[in-house]
Amino acid sequence: MNSSSAPLAPAKVSRGARFSEHPLQREIVALLLLGVAFVVGALLSKQFLDVAYQFDSTSLWIETGFIALTLTFIIVSGQIDLSVASTLALVAGVTGILGTRFGLPFGVACVCGLALGALLGAFNGVLVAYTKLPSLSVTLGTFALYRGLAQVLFGDQSVTGFPDWFVGIDTRHLGPTPIPLPLVLFAVAALGAGFVLHRTILGRWTVSIGLNEAASRYSGIPVQRIQVLLFTMSGLMAAFAGLMMSSRLGVARYDMGMGLELDAITAVVLGGTSIFGGRGTIFGTVIAMFLIGVLRTGMGLANIKVENQLVVIGGLLLFSVVVPNLMARGRSSRI
Amino acid sequence: MKLQHVGATLVLGGLFFLGGCAKSGDSTATTSTPSAGGSGTKQSVVYIPKNTGNSYFDSVITGFEKAGKEKGFEFTTVAPATADATSQIPFIKQQIQRGVNAIAISPNSPDALKPVLKEAMSKGIKVVSIDADLEKNEDARDAVVFPVDFGSIGSSQIELMSSLIGGKGEIAILSATTDAPNQNAWIRGMKESLKEAKYKDIKLVEVVYGDDEPQKSQRETEALLTKYPNLKGIIAPTSVGLVAAAQALETAQAAKRVQLTGLGLPKQMSRFVENGTVQKFALWDPGKMGYAAGYLVSGLLDNSIKPSVGGSFKAGDLGELKFTDKMTVAAGPPLVFDSKNIKEYNF
Repeated sequence: MNSSSAPLAPAKVSRGARFSEHPLQREIVALLLLGVAFVVGALLSKQFLDVAYQFDSTSLWIETGFIALTLTFIIVSGQIDLSVASTLALVAGVTGILGTRFGLPFGVACVCGLALGALLGAFNGVLVAYTKLPSLSVTLGTFALYRGLAQVLFGDQSVTGFPDWFVGIDTRHLGPTPIPLPLVLFAVAALGAGFVLHRTILGRWTVSIGLNEAASRYSGIPVQRIQVLLFTMSGLMAAFAGLMMSSRLGVARYDMGMGLELDAITAVVLGGTSIFGGRGTIFGTVIAMFLIGVLRTGMGLANIKVENQLVVIGGLLLFSVVVPNLMARGRSSRI
Repeated sequence: MKLQHVGATLVLGGLFFLGGCAKSGDSTATTSTPSAGGSGTKQSVVYIPKNTGNSYFDSVITGFEKAGKEKGFEFTTVAPATADATSQIPFIKQQIQRGVNAIAISPNSPDALKPVLKEAMSKGIKVVSIDADLEKNEDARDAVVFPVDFGSIGSSQIELMSSLIGGKGEIAILSATTDAPNQNAWIRGMKESLKEAKYKDIKLVEVVYGDDEPQKSQRETEALLTKYPNLKGIIAPTSVGLVAAAQALETAQAAKRVQLTGLGLPKQMSRFVENGTVQKFALWDPGKMGYAAGYLVSGLLDNSIKPSVGGSFKAGDLGELKFTDKMTVAAGPPLVFDSKNIKEYNF
């Protein structure tokens, strides 16, 4: 691990090498921070170092993790999707209603829900790709629209009465291990996302679009279709996360996952993805997701007030964005 | 090279610093004894309000803490930043892991919290709901404490009005929306109560609805004043309506002719009580609710209280409190505010 110790042991780095040159520099910082978070968490409370509990608490944020995976693609491609949490709530509610009030077999209702999610995402994608509107405005609009629709459809009532097989995904584990099923699914999804982003032509095109959209278009990359595809995937993943959340809660509500889009963006950016596009790794997003999860768990166990928790997470995000940029500027390299 | 040192040191140092300052001093949970957890003989109790920075719940906490000192349990409180349906779940999970003996909660959702509260109960933790119940999921808590017996609000409002107008004259009601369940239950209670012989000279002339909008409530009040020249009193059992009606009376300089009372927040109403527009109004005391909950939890923990419908327990200064249907406890009668006591309440 020569590379990971580089930032801490500069003596070994040859003169003139740039900190920002290491391709995984920011991911490594996040990984180091994760280690530090574990140490701090263990120091703060004696109930922290409990393997079963640590595994168990991943279920509280894993839905955000799924969304952060596809959001990494979106942000790497130079766009943003703010509508993910609203999609999650709308899909969870519609699925619940289809399955409990319209008498659809619940499995079929789930498939309909996933299709709806893909559709909601595709709507974003088409608007972004073909009207040239900035994705910030488009998804800010659908952020309100989808949540609003959910509120119109379900009001303040919870949708309940799910079948037993559907409820409690977080209480199921991988065989006799303490590893909860959602975490297993997340590992599979993360490996898949990592493969696509870093090992396939689609991934390279995504990076290329993020670096320079116009140049990508002139070099024959089907930019618009890829944008629609990425937003569709984002909607589909949000729908999947919505089903997982309603399985965990046993209910679906219009206000599920409120503010979750910001947590997902935080994880992506903290994990080293450039908010301007063109750079980012799934590894970084996953590490950052764990970092935030472990920090929240640790601080919660220590009864640290929620406002102070926000200060820590926000401070961390600032550090992770500002410090590498300052360092890069120190060498007058590009951001 | 130097800059990269600085960067890494800043990031890591920053985290340690934040962790460090979180550990010391004011950032630990808001209360008396910072170290919870099962060790020792003291039972640990945590209260999770709907969200932080809500003075109503701060009063509940004050009452709860007082009970904690009297009964000798360790009291802490944590709360999420927002009051959406799922925001309390991580906090409940963390408290289970901390090994608390009892969780008192003002739930943000009657059903989304069910799985996690059931998990707590299955681990032997006592769960008490405060201020709001887990409707239709009563099996996810041991008991519920309300600030007041909501069934008695109607009759106590009529009693208050009767004392203000000397037991006779025309009165009207300014309510919120036509389909607000609480409002309608209270108005039914008032109408029931008016049938009693002692109120035979009081006549309810109209119920109007201000939709809990200040402007509309004020207009409805003004309309009542012109429409009924002999009107003696207005009851506004809604905090928005009460303030709006007080403003209308003040503007029309009709406070001498028409008595106004209802349910309202002392902070919002203190101006009108001080300038004489309103003499008395009512609400409940969230502090007493917290205090009652403290005694209930403590009794559940040492097994001196076994909830049963019709049973009762002694709650310190509040005396005997009864369990009614679905293990419901009401902390006391409505609290009446007037110029003498209004300054004591900070919500």
